[in-house]
Amino acid sequence: MTTPPNSFRNQPDERGHFGAYGGRYVAETLMPLVLDLEREYRAAKADPAFQQQFDDLLEHYVGRPSPLYFAERLTEALGGAQVWFKREELNHTGAHKINNCIGQILLAIRMGKTKIIAETGAGQHGVATATVCARFGLPCTIFMGATDVARQQPNVFRMKLLGAEVVPVDSGAATLKDAMNEALRHWVANVHDTFYIIGTAAGPHPYPELVRDFQSVIGKEARAQMLARTGRLPDLLIAAVGGGSNAIGLFHPFLDDPDVAMIGVEAAGHGIESGQHAASLTGGAPGVLHGNKTYLLQDEDGQITEAHSISAGLDYPGIGPEHSWLYESGRVKYLPIGDDEALEAFQLCCRLEGIIPALESSHALAALHKLADDYSKDQIILVNVSGRGDKDIFTVADKLGVEL
Amino acid sequence: MSSRLSSAFAKPHPALVTFITAGDGDTAANLDALVEGGADLIELGMPFTDPMADGPAIQAANIRSLGAGTTTAEVLRIAREFRQRHPDVPLVLMGYANPMVRRGPEWFASAAAEAGVDGVICVDIPPEEDDALGPALRAAGIAPIRLATPTTDAARLPQVLEGSTGFLYYVSVAGITGKQQAVQASIEEAVERLKAATDLPVAVGFGVRTPEQAAAIARVADGVVVGSALVELVGEHGRDAPEHLRKLTSALSEEIRTAR
Repeated sequence: MTTPPNSFRNQPDERGHFGAYGGRYVAETLMPLVLDLEREYRAAKADPAFQQQFDDLLEHYVGRPSPLYFAERLTEALGGAQVWFKREELNHTGAHKINNCIGQILLAIRMGKTKIIAETGAGQHGVATATVCARFGLPCTIFMGATDVARQQPNVFRMKLLGAEVVPVDSGAATLKDAMNEALRHWVANVHDTFYIIGTAAGPHPYPELVRDFQSVIGKEARAQMLARTGRLPDLLIAAVGGGSNAIGLFHPFLDDPDVAMIGVEAAGHGIESGQHAASLTGGAPGVLHGNKTYLLQDEDGQITEAHSISAGLDYPGIGPEHSWLYESGRVKYLPIGDDEALEAFQLCCRLEGIIPALESSHALAALHKLADDYSKDQIILVNVSGRGDKDIFTVADKLGVEL
Repeated sequence: MSSRLSSAFAKPHPALVTFITAGDGDTAANLDALVEGGADLIELGMPFTDPMADGPAIQAANIRSLGAGTTTAEVLRIAREFRQRHPDVPLVLMGYANPMVRRGPEWFASAAAEAGVDGVICVDIPPEEDDALGPALRAAGIAPIRLATPTTDAARLPQVLEGSTGFLYYVSVAGITGKQQAVQASIEEAVERLKAATDLPVAVGFGVRTPEQAAAIARVADGVVVGSALVELVGEHGRDAPEHLRKLTSALSEEIRTAR
């Protein structure tokens, strides 16, 4: 480990690097476009009218701020630290994904782009993208692995109701990674009029930075809410990490608060040793994919290996580059949590709090089960409940052997 | 620049550059067929699980190759044996960053040099990120070959050309391999623009499928790259691919030789 930097909040550098990670590893055809996007994002960031429109939509369309909630019964059951939830699952469309989509579609409109594309795994980002496209009247094409299309029918139908075209992708294992490849291929051939709304804090610079900035509303609100309610900052933040957008959104505003510890929870699937997991940091190595350098699941020849998680939203063989940097710098710890642990935490949260959490968020809740004991009753752990679990009831029923 | 690469562009006719994916079918026999058919320069594709810039034909070739168990060591062995059989035919590896940098850029550069490779085209390392692989290749005596595209504007072109060696690969369509073909007039305009900015030979590829298209491009460019049409023949004909490859390559070569 190197000497800690003066601030953990001033990344990336001007070339889009978070330490050794990030960057712009794209084909030459896309380079001028990502450079344009960066220029336009800088201009938008400096434009009070842009920020005002973003804030206004978050308040009146998304329903922000999302509540900060003291989970009393879960706290009692775990018998350790006070457990608080950041309730991102109460957002319009049921997850944190919409925060980023609002920001990116405003950028697309600002850049004069007339068509929107996106990739989706579980369908949450697809639904959020289709939603903002309907809201702003832009045609929307969603690339989705054929395997995911088959197992996420309700979300496929939601996207169609919202007016989006859903394109099933047959290549590879026909899941999120392949959907992203196909979205990039479509983008390369349509750069003149098409904006690609990437759903997580990954991809070529400036995507990891701008997705983080749009999602940082989570952490900014949580920090202010916690101070107002308890007069202090939390001792520990926990969030699930696939690409890592809900986690970086919660963590980033706290990164320079040295007394706030942070844990990102990776999906361990059937266990790291089984090889069937989606834990890029714990079980992967640095490499280059989808426009950025970051930790990836790969073999010794650099071929990308398939990820596995019960949670479709975590089922991706990479992770956002800022997480790779935070991992190596030691500022954030990362913990693998398996399918079974997540499933157990899912059920406990339903019964004790009357909240059906997404399977993604259930990974963060499962980490809580492991950690709450290590903290005293006057300490505070804040968990990001990034999405609601209605979409997951079929998967859960199947795992529990229940026929619907 | 490698003398083999420069000699490919020093012939009295434009160079025919042919691409196939390593490990897809009997690659040695297929490569020999390309040479017999009249290919002036060989691009050997390194298979990758996520070929983001490629259309269906080359995607399928990558899947077939990896499905057959092709490793980086196998790609290098194919290159080394090609070099032994064809000491004078220039050979360029083309692929994606991750398999090239997995064991470190220096490892890859020296392994490729040892296998007799003359140049490397890496699709997803633009000049802005090329501070490790490019220098490692140059140090090993291998030419890093850059791509220019219809979206590469005048302001960016110098950056693309800086550190570019061997030849300049002009990707004639903003898109993926093997799909639509560019309008001839736009190719002519682009080649003229590029040749005004560099002394490097300019080879044009993406979407070139027939001898007629190749001939039209050969009238203005220093080289014509054909990939997907050949890769499709490998996919379609399997063990019988060499004779089909030889036939198409001969037809392409003949048109190119008489184009001007």
